[in-house]
Amino acid sequence: MISVEQVRLLDRFSNKSTTGTLHLTATHLIFVESNSTSAQEIWILHHHIASVEKLSLTTSGCPLVIQCRNFRMVHFVVPRERDCHDVYSSLLRLLRPESYDELYAFSYNPKQNDRQREEGWQLIDLAAEFERMGVPCDQWQLTDVNRDYKVCETYPRDLYVPITASKPIIMGSSKFRSKGRFPVLTYFYQEKKAAVCRSSQPLSGFSARCLEDEHMLQAVSKANPNTRYIYVIDTRPKLNALANRAAGKGYENEDNYSNIRFQFVGIENIHVMRSSLQKLQEVVGTRALSVTDYLVGLENSGWLRHVKAIVDAAIFLTRAVTVEGASVLVHCSDGWDRTAQVCSLGSLLMDPYYRTIKGFMVLIEKDWISFGHKFADRCDQLDGDPKEVSPIFTQFLECVWQLTEQFPQAFQFSEWFLIQIHEHVHSCQFGNFLGNSQRQREELVKEKTHSLWAHLLSGQQNYLNPLYCPSYGYTNPVLEPSTLPCHFKFWRNMYHQFDRPMHPRQSILKQALTLKENNRELESIAQNLQAVSAIFHVISHVHQEDEDELVEGEEAREDIPVGSDGDRTVEGGSATENGYGELPLSCGSKPEPAMVSLEFGVARMTC
Amino acid sequence: MEFAELIKTPRVDGVVLHRPFLPLVEGTLCLTGHHLILSSRQDNTEELWLLHADIDFIEKRFVGSSGTIIVKCKDLRIIQLDIPGMEECLNIASSIEALSTLDSVSLMYPFFYRPMFEVIEDGWNLFLPEESFKDLESMTDEWRLSEVNRDFSICPSYPPLVVVPKDTDDDTLLKVASFRHGGRFPVLSYYHKKNGMVMMRAGQPLIGPNGRRCKEDEKLINATLRAGKRGYIIDTRATAVAQQAKARGGGFEQEANYPQWRRIHKTIERYSVLQDSLIKLVEACNDQSHSMDRWLSKLEASNWLSHIKEILTTACLAAQCIDREGATVLVHGTEGTDSTLQVTSLAQILLDPSCRTIRGFQALVEREWLQAGHPFQHRCAQSAYSSGKLHGEAPIFLLFLDCTWQILRQFPCSFEFNENFLVLLFEHAYATQFGTFLGNSAAERATLKLPQKTVSLWSWVNRPQEMEGFVNPLYEPNSLVIWPSVAPQSLQLWEGVFLRWNRSSKCLDEAYEEMVHIIEYNKELQKKVNSLRRQLAQLETEGSPLHTP
Repeated sequence: MISVEQVRLLDRFSNKSTTGTLHLTATHLIFVESNSTSAQEIWILHHHIASVEKLSLTTSGCPLVIQCRNFRMVHFVVPRERDCHDVYSSLLRLLRPESYDELYAFSYNPKQNDRQREEGWQLIDLAAEFERMGVPCDQWQLTDVNRDYKVCETYPRDLYVPITASKPIIMGSSKFRSKGRFPVLTYFYQEKKAAVCRSSQPLSGFSARCLEDEHMLQAVSKANPNTRYIYVIDTRPKLNALANRAAGKGYENEDNYSNIRFQFVGIENIHVMRSSLQKLQEVVGTRALSVTDYLVGLENSGWLRHVKAIVDAAIFLTRAVTVEGASVLVHCSDGWDRTAQVCSLGSLLMDPYYRTIKGFMVLIEKDWISFGHKFADRCDQLDGDPKEVSPIFTQFLECVWQLTEQFPQAFQFSEWFLIQIHEHVHSCQFGNFLGNSQRQREELVKEKTHSLWAHLLSGQQNYLNPLYCPSYGYTNPVLEPSTLPCHFKFWRNMYHQFDRPMHPRQSILKQALTLKENNRELESIAQNLQAVSAIFHVISHVHQEDEDELVEGEEAREDIPVGSDGDRTVEGGSATENGYGELPLSCGSKPEPAMVSLEFGVARMTC
Repeated sequence: MEFAELIKTPRVDGVVLHRPFLPLVEGTLCLTGHHLILSSRQDNTEELWLLHADIDFIEKRFVGSSGTIIVKCKDLRIIQLDIPGMEECLNIASSIEALSTLDSVSLMYPFFYRPMFEVIEDGWNLFLPEESFKDLESMTDEWRLSEVNRDFSICPSYPPLVVVPKDTDDDTLLKVASFRHGGRFPVLSYYHKKNGMVMMRAGQPLIGPNGRRCKEDEKLINATLRAGKRGYIIDTRATAVAQQAKARGGGFEQEANYPQWRRIHKTIERYSVLQDSLIKLVEACNDQSHSMDRWLSKLEASNWLSHIKEILTTACLAAQCIDREGATVLVHGTEGTDSTLQVTSLAQILLDPSCRTIRGFQALVEREWLQAGHPFQHRCAQSAYSSGKLHGEAPIFLLFLDCTWQILRQFPCSFEFNENFLVLLFEHAYATQFGTFLGNSAAERATLKLPQKTVSLWSWVNRPQEMEGFVNPLYEPNSLVIWPSVAPQSLQLWEGVFLRWNRSSKCLDEAYEEMVHIIEYNKELQKKVNSLRRQLAQLETEGSPLHTP
């Protein structure tokens, strides 16, 4: 452990700074402000650090700039260059673990016994989830072909396929698809018996064909009694798909597959998305940003364009399934990035269950974790290829957020839930997202780590959307969002989650949550009071009172909590640790002067 | 003139009305002197009741023998009327055009409107300067109410009563008036109770190319300074613009003559630029293209949010000088009737909690906009669909409302009113049955005899049944000065105005209802618990003598 005193923390957007002590532990970088009254603490998990930069020495010391994956940016100035170098080189060493067992998840211990830990892992049951959708059924069955991960090592063991898809068809189709990822069921729209299937691209090149693969698609099509055709959605831009043909990959030739309707939806690849978010971060990280530079930067980054492309694709999928009642096969290149985005977002639009807290966990478990989204590579868990890193999952969370903005009553969870999931996808504190596939995870994780879902469920009152209307899903089972560009907004609470002065100083969300909790309390108080007064009535009817009884009554009354003031603070479970607690600001009836202070952004006087 | 002369065809059957997010209505179109009315024939309920004054622009299209009129309203709504018969269509169109552009104020609807409700509290008498001066008097004796402008002769855009430093007599005011644009000598705009600092506003000093000076002007504003303290002059124009103004007889306070003042120039655009910005913004919002890049670049090109940022920043600066620096502030631009008022009124919202109440906000609009001589009638004659040559139209007041909305969004619990109240003021500033926003100054309102001949918007809005819709359920009085963020990431497009007609608001409205419900239910429960507690206490005292041993 290293400790350096008299370190200055510069504010990102203003000229303010605070002085404190910097501690480096095996898992965290900690900054403790020396000012005793407000002693702010910042805990940064090593896994959250995306980059560390040591800038050239200045008169006041040696600057150390740390950029985090949860969009925190800290700028320290260490008085002595040698100390700065020590911290810097230690961080570099700690930053990129080389093997999984160095990850925080394997040392994190939330004081749970093994049984509790086990139970955490059993919270989400995908077999039960497919059952909920109505699978297996007369057209779809569970296949054990991937029992030992032999056919496709990036798929889960349990896969659902049409009953007419025999093993040879599956094996054949699998050989004709990138990484063996043959078409399998991911969502079943029971009402119309329409299926959403996913796969990787076919190895069609310029002319290759595969009868088994063609049969496979036919089997999918036959499994739907309502429509003869199926949609094949290639989520890539056509140009990219064409380029893949030269490498012996590509897309389905409509002449070879009977009754398919082929459609490109033009979502860009992981490299484009990575640089897009980088550009966005650069723009919004600029000090004294003008509106023009902000909007031009937002446009040039392309980020919202990409987000909209994903939502557009999900809407296309949803319409095909719910309106036309057609089954759909979704793929991109390998079928673990764009395909996961579109399938999961489409399911969320179609099925109200996925808009609940538990349902959303199930959705992520199914379309992302089990189907092999490469979390380790995309989130840079180990020292890997920087070209594999990409904010695909972040982008998915943002798409969901955009929907919550349009449908404020449709989701059981609030954006804090999304932000918290994002936090832990990168924290490597829980086992859920470690590794690149289910197979890898089985070897690594379940014996030794904890599940994020249990952690989130235990604190779920913090993530509730107070405006959620459970009956909304019955009246509006399918969401039909507007796709006009003006409805897509910059997600400030994600990308500036640590830049407090940019947020509204009072939060409606928090206020409403508090009120709802207060309402529940009042309801139970009222109930208790009614019960007690009933006792009194009984007593006054019986003239011969028993003193003991009355004493009981009085005791009961004293048990009742004294009136609530509607001003209780709701904090996340580990607020200080992950900065989540910095988001909600207190806004009760007695605002503290400290909350409302002259902050950055307010005009500096210039003459 | 008779309205009938302008109405060539008063009634057409079989007209089809198209409105965004609403079903088609087929019915009879009627034109009256002030309204365009469309009612469906089936049940004779009114489906549309549109003030001609609310119509900003119309377009005609013809297909075969039937025509279509696209009506673009000042509240930014666009509706379409399909009218069978070429001639009828042409007649209706020309009538609407004539009736929506009447020159004479006295023909406007407020002079014909008779309230269908009982006026309990006359809005015309709610915010009298004498009354607000009484409040001031209770806090300080350094100011007096001057009647120097009682016949509007010194300053046509000022009200008859203004607040000036106590030691400045009316003769001095006369001299200072001749040195300030439009006769707008410095007057008190706001007194900051917390530290006794003040904000004044004025027109630009008329120093001209030769550097005129006016000792009385210097003396007047110096009289507001605390001993040994400096004041700030916030000029809402860029330095270069203020320099250029000298050539036309205007200018700014020279350091040499005002050594105790520090001048700060900010760049708030003038009206033609702002009108252009509004037109571009609304054009962008109505664009149905699905291209994200196109939307963002159009939004950027409109510059609307840049103007918002600049105005808010300047208001924050003024508030900062007063509250943090403990300094006196004088705000002016050129005329002192536009950007100056944006800054002084917004600064008060930040500094003074009472401006964040419904009554307080009405008083602010009355004091800092209506009494202060913002030329509403010129500025709001045309809205975003205006075309051709403009005559001083500009969304100055709308920008102020938008800035208020931005602050409201950042402090959603600190305002007694909700967004609907701001939208209401926007609508009524542009087209209305009430007299409040008619005329360009107190003098014009007096000549038009508005208080006698028309109904005040406040008379209507302050009735409990109307007020209900404008109250912010989350309101909890916040006695502090509030400091909003002006970072671009913190500013947002005001969807409630600019996307109002381009989105289905059902989901948002229902969510708002739910919010109101949660709060109402909370109050109900509190009440229930309290009454149960009382009951219980009573039972206890009734029962207790029996137990006394």
